[in-house]
Amino acid sequence: MIAALIFVISFAALLQFFVLHCRSILAYSRRVELSDRVREVVGLASQNLAADDFARLLQLVRLCPERGDDHKEIRVVGAYYGLLDVVGRMSRPIVPSVAAWTENERQSCSYFAAVALDRRISYSRDLFTQQVTDCL
Amino acid sequence: MLGSFFNVMALAGFLVEIYVVVCTLFKKSFFSNIAINFYMLCEAAVTFGLFLCTQRYGTSSSTYAYYYYYTDSLLTILMFWVIISFYQQVFSELKASSYVRKAAVLLLLATAFFSYGVVHQNRNHLTSRFVVAMGQNLYFVGVVLTYLLWGAILKLRETRTRLVQLVLALGVYFSGTAGTYAIGNLFPHLYMPLLRFLFPIVGLWLPLAWAYTFTKVPEDSRLATASLLARAR
Repeated sequence: MIAALIFVISFAALLQFFVLHCRSILAYSRRVELSDRVREVVGLASQNLAADDFARLLQLVRLCPERGDDHKEIRVVGAYYGLLDVVGRMSRPIVPSVAAWTENERQSCSYFAAVALDRRISYSRDLFTQQVTDCL
Repeated sequence: MLGSFFNVMALAGFLVEIYVVVCTLFKKSFFSNIAINFYMLCEAAVTFGLFLCTQRYGTSSSTYAYYYYYTDSLLTILMFWVIISFYQQVFSELKASSYVRKAAVLLLLATAFFSYGVVHQNRNHLTSRFVVAMGQNLYFVGVVLTYLLWGAILKLRETRTRLVQLVLALGVYFSGTAGTYAIGNLFPHLYMPLLRFLFPIVGLWLPLAWAYTFTKVPEDSRLATASLLARAR
């Protein structure tokens, strides 16, 4: 009985802490302004990214050379996006307000992926510049 | 195959734990995070011991299981010191350090007496069921303490991003581990096929998350925690 109670409370706390931890990572990336270069690559005309852009952006991120320091956050946000996707699909017919919230969150995840892409593009340009300089 | 999984997890854990300590040393914040660093060093030593245990006795042996669970319980008690240091940081502006210290001493004494009572009562059968129950209870105390700490962070409008992320990562770790222990208690037959793989994965979360925070989040970074919660509702 006690173990069941602990399991239920711990699971609820785990979900809450995990969501808040992911949100704190996303909040950090929201402050970053996207460069014109990445807007062009992504084909972004307006200010906002669509929630469904996340997978496409992640594919572009994987095409760029790895920086080596963003693995963990991409993985965590990817897991968070997957969780939101499931919650969004399940809640859409029952609780539309929750579905709307997950849509907003997924949009934040897409923005995060765009920021990660921006960083990797800058990194690959730096690498290229360095190689050219070394050759000269 | 199984042995290599545990070896890889132990090696990854050991490296990330050492990385956290080295990272704080390089960023000149070793002493301001002394509780975290001490915990990480102890955790690295235990992980190294676990690796030796795996090599010598194998992961299916009772020696491995007892070493894992008992050192884990000791590390959890040590983790209370880390939580107390977080409380001190949160309450630092209220000049409530002495109250936090007194509450911490009381908590540690209560934990020690409780643990002694439980061990004394079960001294004739320190079985695997008992050690799982003790681990579950200790981690649950950790969940409650972290939850209270998170409440204090929100109430006092704490804005230090690094502190917020460290506490949230700790919350994920405690609740994840307490939940896993609780499943182990509810369904003991799940230990061999599932839970023994889950524990090292959950255990790797905390050093990974803290390594990320110390690497990526500058000490002076600020975050509005209230807005995090408002949007999370």
